[in-house]
Amino acid sequence: MKPSAFDYLRAESVGDVLEGLAQQGGDARVLAGGQSLMAMLNMRLAKPKLLIDIMGIRELRQIERKGDAVIIGAGVRQADLLAWPDLAETLPLVALALPWVGHMQTRSRGTICGSLAHADPSAEMPLTLVALGGEVLLRNTRRRRRVAAKDFFAGMMLTARADEELIEGISLPVVKGARVAFREVARRHGDFAIVACAAMKIPTGVRLVVGGVADVPTARDWPRLEGSALDDALNAFAYELGARDDVHASARYRRDLVRMIGRDLIGEVLQ
Amino acid sequence: MTRLRADQRHPVRFTLNGKSVQGEAEPRMLLSDFLRHQLGATGTHVGCEHGVCGACTIVVDGMLTRSCLTLAAQVDGCELKTVEGLAPSADRLGVLQQAFRRRHALQCGFCTAGILISLDHYLAKNPSPTEAEIRDLLSGHICRCTGYTPIIQAALEAAAELAPSNKETSDA
Repeated sequence: MKPSAFDYLRAESVGDVLEGLAQQGGDARVLAGGQSLMAMLNMRLAKPKLLIDIMGIRELRQIERKGDAVIIGAGVRQADLLAWPDLAETLPLVALALPWVGHMQTRSRGTICGSLAHADPSAEMPLTLVALGGEVLLRNTRRRRRVAAKDFFAGMMLTARADEELIEGISLPVVKGARVAFREVARRHGDFAIVACAAMKIPTGVRLVVGGVADVPTARDWPRLEGSALDDALNAFAYELGARDDVHASARYRRDLVRMIGRDLIGEVLQ
Repeated sequence: MTRLRADQRHPVRFTLNGKSVQGEAEPRMLLSDFLRHQLGATGTHVGCEHGVCGACTIVVDGMLTRSCLTLAAQVDGCELKTVEGLAPSADRLGVLQQAFRRRHALQCGFCTAGILISLDHYLAKNPSPTEAEIRDLLSGHICRCTGYTPIIQAALEAAAELAPSNKETSDA
């Protein structure tokens, strides 16, 4: 339960980080809040040769409103975003989901982007990014690129980030007058979700996003459905997610939660 | 930019409960181990070593921090508070600690250091918490002895005692 040996680089600029990543490639890992990565190191599920600490880089610590989007830098801690006075108005779904991310004792240090980089299938921030149709801002020494949420999560703890790329931040769209809802079932508040769901009203009807069941958070858009048509759609979606039995819950229980929470949340946002 | 080599020990300096301390650590050394083995500050306990149990929780620069998910190298120059910093003097317990004792809020004591730190930090910012808020805070800790109820009672009792309205403001 101790990490294997690595060099530790205290980066002072984004350039330092990109250079380190370019030199060391897949043997380097970026350390932000450490709430997922340090556990992976302690369990030796990750054994990098170089750890690049980005928390000393001021420009990555910004939360910025840019037109119809909010840009959240790689160094923004979950507690920082929760304390951001504009959160409830500009990003109401994030305001609902963020208190479910870990515990107060881990949100104090954990970052938003770190949670996305870790890409746990049950985690709330990936779910939120997919629900809102946000983008991940990636950068290496040569270029920048933006990856849409649905293309970013490639599998269980796998993302589209290349080894030499830094997640500089994310961009979340601000939807005026958004109607959103979020609910999660876990053994204790703050534990990883057995099932987490977000719903939002969209111009063509409604969107439901489910985390904790498939390998990646999965979204489905429907026109306004009611009664048995909605039940059938939810049931088909619950099966398509490919739920598995594990020590936390059976596949059937997970499908039940998708059907029940899905119906409740859709009712809430379409009211 | 500083690069600390994996196979060498590097100086680490910080303030621990108001006192300057220093030692040496390889980059991979966890802060929890640095506190206990390098500095002898064994009040901070180590349970799961992956951030789940909460026993090793301390405060770093005003942030609640799992010391097992933090490297010693990361806190160079920071201000740390651990359970050793809670009592006003070596022979007296703080208000929260007294409430724990009165309410039997600990049995084996393994989780207690982390829980005291979390509550001390929380009560300083939220002087009149509800029971639900205390329960939410305690979700970041695991206690296998008490069933939590005495801890919640102790926390609420300490909060009431610490609340500014209860302080004497007049000798009349």
